[in-house]
Amino acid sequence: MEKEQEKRNIEIEKELINDLKEVKKPNDLVQVKAKYLGKEGIISLLTKNMRDLKPEERASYGKLVTEIRNKALELLDDKEKKLKEELLNKKLKEETIDITLPSKKIRHGSIHPFNMIVEEIEDLFVSMGYDIIDGPELETDEYCFQRLNIPYGHPVRDTQDSFYVDKDYLLRTQTSSVQAHTMEQNIDKGPIRMICPGKTYRRDDDATHSHQFGQFEGLVIDKGITLADLKGTLLVMARKLLGEKTNVRFRPSFFPFTEPSVEVDVTCFKCNGKGCSLCKNTGWIELLGAGMVHPNVLRDNGYDPNKYTGFAFGTGIDRLAMMKYSIPDIRLMYTNDYRFLNEFMRKDVK
Amino acid sequence: MKLSKKFLNDYLDVNDIDIHTLALDMTSVGNEFASCEKLINVTNLVIGKVLECSLHPDSDHLHVCKVDVKEEILDIVCGAPNVRSGIKVIVAKNGAHLPGGEIKKSVIRGVESNGMLCSIAELGLDHKFLKEEDINGICELGDDAIVGEDPIKYLNLDDEVIDFELTSNRGDLLSIIGMAYEIGAIYNRKITLPERKYPTVKENIPFNLKIETKKCNLFLARHALNVKIMESPDFMKKRLMASGIRPINNVVDISNYVMLETGQPLHFYDSDNLGDTLIVRDAKKDEKLVTLDNIERELNPDDIVIADRKNAVGLAGVMGGLSTEVEDSTKNILIEAAIFDSVSVRLTSKKILRSEASNRFEKGLDPKRTYLAMEYASYLLNKYADATIVDNINIFDQSDKADKVIKITIEDINSLLGLDISKKEIIDIYERLGFTVKEQKNELIVTVPTRRLDISIKEDLIEEVARIYGIDKIEGRLPILPIKKGSYNKVKRMLRDKISSLGFNETLSYTLIPNDLSHQYTNDEFTEINLLDPMSDDHATLRYSLLPSMMLTYDYNVKRNNKNLCLFEIGKSFGKINGEYLEKEKIAFLMSGAYTEGLNKEKITFYHLKGIMEEVLDSLGFSNRYSLKVLDIPKEFHPGSSANIILNGKNIGIIGKVHPNVTKDDVYLMEMDLEYLEELKVSKISYQEISKYPSISKDVAFIVDNSITNEEVMLEIKKSAGKLLSNIELFDVYKLDDKKSLAYNLTFTDKDNTLKIEDIMPIFEKIMQDVKDKFKCEVRDK
Repeated sequence: MEKEQEKRNIEIEKELINDLKEVKKPNDLVQVKAKYLGKEGIISLLTKNMRDLKPEERASYGKLVTEIRNKALELLDDKEKKLKEELLNKKLKEETIDITLPSKKIRHGSIHPFNMIVEEIEDLFVSMGYDIIDGPELETDEYCFQRLNIPYGHPVRDTQDSFYVDKDYLLRTQTSSVQAHTMEQNIDKGPIRMICPGKTYRRDDDATHSHQFGQFEGLVIDKGITLADLKGTLLVMARKLLGEKTNVRFRPSFFPFTEPSVEVDVTCFKCNGKGCSLCKNTGWIELLGAGMVHPNVLRDNGYDPNKYTGFAFGTGIDRLAMMKYSIPDIRLMYTNDYRFLNEFMRKDVK
Repeated sequence: MKLSKKFLNDYLDVNDIDIHTLALDMTSVGNEFASCEKLINVTNLVIGKVLECSLHPDSDHLHVCKVDVKEEILDIVCGAPNVRSGIKVIVAKNGAHLPGGEIKKSVIRGVESNGMLCSIAELGLDHKFLKEEDINGICELGDDAIVGEDPIKYLNLDDEVIDFELTSNRGDLLSIIGMAYEIGAIYNRKITLPERKYPTVKENIPFNLKIETKKCNLFLARHALNVKIMESPDFMKKRLMASGIRPINNVVDISNYVMLETGQPLHFYDSDNLGDTLIVRDAKKDEKLVTLDNIERELNPDDIVIADRKNAVGLAGVMGGLSTEVEDSTKNILIEAAIFDSVSVRLTSKKILRSEASNRFEKGLDPKRTYLAMEYASYLLNKYADATIVDNINIFDQSDKADKVIKITIEDINSLLGLDISKKEIIDIYERLGFTVKEQKNELIVTVPTRRLDISIKEDLIEEVARIYGIDKIEGRLPILPIKKGSYNKVKRMLRDKISSLGFNETLSYTLIPNDLSHQYTNDEFTEINLLDPMSDDHATLRYSLLPSMMLTYDYNVKRNNKNLCLFEIGKSFGKINGEYLEKEKIAFLMSGAYTEGLNKEKITFYHLKGIMEEVLDSLGFSNRYSLKVLDIPKEFHPGSSANIILNGKNIGIIGKVHPNVTKDDVYLMEMDLEYLEELKVSKISYQEISKYPSISKDVAFIVDNSITNEEVMLEIKKSAGKLLSNIELFDVYKLDDKKSLAYNLTFTDKDNTLKIEDIMPIFEKIMQDVKDKFKCEVRDK
């Protein structure tokens, strides 16, 4: 009996392996499972046969039946796993995509290079405790000129040919007008530290001049401010904007609202001061005008020049942007060609 | 100002100083230059003598010459009409670089030529300085020219010139004497003024000088008789040329020469045509004057004129009149040396002509120099025009000739500059500049000569020290200031970042727009602000709205086939309201084309722009405080796809589609009052407790008339539902003929309890009933 059953076990196993070979889907596995392990299944019937055996035969028979049952479960289990894996692989394969198809995103945007420069300057000076001040673009002759030591008939008015809208009001020719406003609003409130970037207007139009352009101006007023303080401040600014190796050079100059006045050059950023076509072989590039606030300007705007001194500096924003991003023509800054604007999509963080 | 080194050398010895070094040293004291070069920049020139000259065998105008240049005899083919044997000429040898190109050995119609015989014009002198024969023929040198030597030197053209671009305060440098003082200060050298003595005669010429305007404080007039008009001496012509002035005749040249020397412009009248009276007065209204250039000028009372008894004969400081012009036939002249009001001359010259003379009057003149110029002119007229100088000078003088005295301390200087310069160095600098210094206790009393019109206050004196000491020697440092947080406009910064991240390109357009666009895209009542004198019609009016500019930008890009545009701009807008100028910052948007990139691009609709609006307003903290209402839509917008933006009950802008009459494309625009967005206060960010209990969600759909808006239905649902309704979302809309179906998902939450469906059902039933009653609509069955 025992021998017979061992033989039978081998036959059942063979049959099961054959049956499993035919199974292609997990669902078909249910039938095979029923055939062997279902209520009337081949292996279940073997268990039922136990009752007809002699007690001494039961132990060894039982052991063989358990063996075949376990074997069957193992085979069925393996098959199920294998089928599931095949199915998953098939699904994954079907789901494979062409990763080179175009992405889905919203179109890109950008900040105008003019404002990229403005923000960079603002960030630097705000970190040094300066306030960023906005002033009117439609300005009075008084604030644009007279309070800055530029009376009627002053020759500087010629180089700043202006757009008047009536006899008193004009589009400001320089952001210096904000100096006068700031001083007036701060009388008796102590030191001033401010930067005023903004639009300015003059009668001029060619590749390097636009009738509308940007300027920013810095003003510091306190007791004991010196020209050396101005130079240090501009050195920090030049290095922030144009790189760590930049140096600044002062040359005497003339502006009606400062005395002494200086023209400020920076190391040519194209050749690092070696001399090239951009800097006309001088190694230096004229960056801005600056100086110590003229005592008339201090006095006219409510500060006692015997107690206070100050420095002021200013330059063109467009020119800085054009220098920094190698923009050849100022008109590109104002025509807003979409292709031009998109060139500034990248954030300048490196 | 063109500075001739030879001219300068008459007053200050600069022979040993290289011209480029001089230019750079002047730059470092604040006097920039545009160019610095030799007057004649040609090499390989030599004086030659034409030994033989025969006609070219194959030409009717060319000659073949044998030219002795000392070291060799050159065969040169020459085409000039005046070439002949025996004359001394300028030879450009092979390898010479002329403005017209390099001279190379060549074969001209079969004959070898080794060089070129030159005209004056070919050396590169500006044609305006030259006579016809200097241009058409080769230059014939005098018998004293030595073969083999440098012809440039022989011709007195071996000069070097720096063209300075001076700052407007340094009128004193518009003269050779002024330059000599400045350069003398740099190199610590003394200048020498020439001794100029001349004979005078006592002659009683009846003459009335009347000054009838406040705009002239110094006027000198003197008669010079029996002048002989002829060519100027060579040195004078060459110096005028080097200074950029065309030589004309001795009398005219002398007036220019003295102006260059002293900075004082002069005018010479034909005194026989002028008569016995000279009046300086303001021009009369509509007075007319024919100026030297034979143009009739219409004058106004701002102009100063020189007049005889009846008529104006000259525009003071700007241009003389034709009637008293010095001509070849002139015998007697009147020399004028005067100072006119700089502002008046500037305004008149701006209208009429900017000249060397007007430029000097505009910058201001030193009255002492006016007297000096009269002396120099008298001397030169006597010497080079055989003039008899009348002893008497008619003088009107109300000028201030006192030197300026300024007190200053060493501390004043060092504390403003941030330097530590010694008293000795400072005194030395002032003395080099020609100022006199007296010490009094710790003060310096500095006397500044009248020629330095730019110096009037202490700070000017400090600048002088800085200039000569070397302003670049200052070491930079940072100012010590109280610790303070810097402030800036965070709203604008945040919006720029946010909107650009949402796919918008920031634009920067012109504030000035064409006048006819000024009232577009707005129904606001305002008067547009126009420029009094615009440069062009395109830039004539200050914009009130940014939207016309946005559309110009749109058109510009569409013409260049740039599609799918999302643009925004922040900028000031201007208008006159109730007589007051109003300036306000606005923010504008434009969307057109597709919003997404890649396949199946999402076409931009009104709702995209509405989403941008919500993003902007929500990010500023204005959630639930804004809505869209159709109140007043400008005619450039589509009436059915546009709305006004209401924030906090105030109309702050407009959003919508551009009217099909304006463009056939689907373009969407939005503009908001940015200043109001900046001003409107919001509460601080503060945590609101999140419910710990689960919510219940239910869907409902209504079929309503097309005229009913989503917003109206939502409002009714909210009103009906009460506190437990925590969220409502429209998730489906579709059209059914003249009706539409609106499907909502409602979420109910109770902060303190777990809600059960039985709690919600009565509310849900009430909502359905209320909406049905309000809009006479049906509830769609599931």
